[in-house]
Amino acid sequence: MKNYAVELQSVSVFFGKYCVIHDINLSINEAEFVTIIGPNGGGKTTLLKTILGLIEPTNGNVKVFSKKPDEMNYFEIGYVPQFKTLDRSFPARVIDLVATGLTGRWNFIITKEARKRIYEVLEKTGIEKIANRPLKKLSGGELQRVYLARSIIRTPKLLILDEPATGIDTIAEVDFSKIIEELQKTYRTTILLVTHDWEYAFHHSDRVALLNKKLICFDTPKNVFKEDNLKQTFGHIGHEHTMQFTIDKND
Amino acid sequence: MIEILSHSFAIKAILAGIIVGFLGGFYGNFVVQRKMSFLGDGLAHVTFGGVALGLLLEFEPFAIAIPFTIIVAIALTYLKEKTSLEIDTAIGIFFAVSVALGVLFITLNKHYISDAFSYLFGSILLVSKLDLFISYAFGFATVIFALIFWKRWTYATFDSELAMVDRINVQFENYILSVLIALSIVISVKLVGIFLVASFLVIPPATAKLISNTFSQMTILSIILGIVSSILGIIISIYLDFPTGSTVILLQSGIFLITTIFVRLTSYHR
Repeated sequence: MKNYAVELQSVSVFFGKYCVIHDINLSINEAEFVTIIGPNGGGKTTLLKTILGLIEPTNGNVKVFSKKPDEMNYFEIGYVPQFKTLDRSFPARVIDLVATGLTGRWNFIITKEARKRIYEVLEKTGIEKIANRPLKKLSGGELQRVYLARSIIRTPKLLILDEPATGIDTIAEVDFSKIIEELQKTYRTTILLVTHDWEYAFHHSDRVALLNKKLICFDTPKNVFKEDNLKQTFGHIGHEHTMQFTIDKND
Repeated sequence: MIEILSHSFAIKAILAGIIVGFLGGFYGNFVVQRKMSFLGDGLAHVTFGGVALGLLLEFEPFAIAIPFTIIVAIALTYLKEKTSLEIDTAIGIFFAVSVALGVLFITLNKHYISDAFSYLFGSILLVSKLDLFISYAFGFATVIFALIFWKRWTYATFDSELAMVDRINVQFENYILSVLIALSIVISVKLVGIFLVASFLVIPPATAKLISNTFSQMTILSIILGIVSSILGIIISIYLDFPTGSTVILLQSGIFLITTIFVRLTSYHR
């Protein structure tokens, strides 16, 4: 029997009577780059949280590297949340947040060894110069890298990113992609990314999952980005998306 | 100064001030950073309901007030975790109900009305040795809890979701924190009174936050500010024959104001 990085069997999540995701079957291979796309309220974040063990599925089973999510060693999972959850009033520096990736706790004091390791990762993500800057002074792009540094410092087996590029300029996004892809190649990290960026998903993913409460389609980008699938997922394809999709196909 | 220290009541008052300043300075960091400043006021008034019930039943008031306040703290945490009710709304409800009950119990009580009112303003200059012993025992317990939980509570305060991903049982640990905050409030109420206890949880951490780059700094500064302002406030109040609780809090507010102006003028952290 094949061991998957992530395996969902008939997973449904209900909040009360409201169905958020229904009967999801999904198997993600080790070192695979999978993107999840779907409309707002389509259950993308709920699916990620179910895989992370933050939400207990109402039905079905979730396995992460053949274990239940809450049985996983948390150092094997890297998580980049949506930045809108950040409390910018919290007194902390870049180095303090990145250190949580190393210890899994908030650190009262950062040791010399930890500091050395943190600077190595900050250098890799290109933000070593802002190591002591307070979080409240960071731009969206810088914050994105800080969260990424925090998650890759533990060289996770599974990296989960929830709309990390929201509000980020294109140049910052390109750098971000390079770091993720390097991680995937060097450490065979499995990447699971939620995004609204179809173009990004088309060019960078090994496979794409279209999700709107149920799994509409899960295949290679070429097979997924077809008008029928997209219409089934989003109900309609807006002018902007049609344009983008046409450009992608011509590429 | 030395003359003041020759009076045993002053020494006891200062010792009481140190522990109240420490408790408020430590727990207040989480209260302020979790945006639950109203919690201190709410739980203090819940304590009032418990004290009034204790006096009515002619029982040691704090034997009733402690479980009463702890139950409400647990209920508040439950409502916050499990329902969509905003925490300030929940606190507002318990606050009102407890004060209503407290007033009702006092009205029904024919004997100990003045006792009940002494809890409103506290009696830091009339602290007993037993009060001090209980307060310092709880202070010691707080140090132990801080050593175990500070890293976890702080992580959950920053982002509860990240903490949960790193397998911290945030919900359970929030209950522990709530119970400890409730206990620190009940203990402090006896010393500084219901009206003033919340300020010990809010003003020192709020001041520390203005000049801290990290939560560790904020924690240490807040504790120092809580303790130093209590000692100075008590000494000033004895010298000038001012009400102790008011003097301490006005001093803390003065430090907060000066710090705010200093931060503005120097553009510190901006």
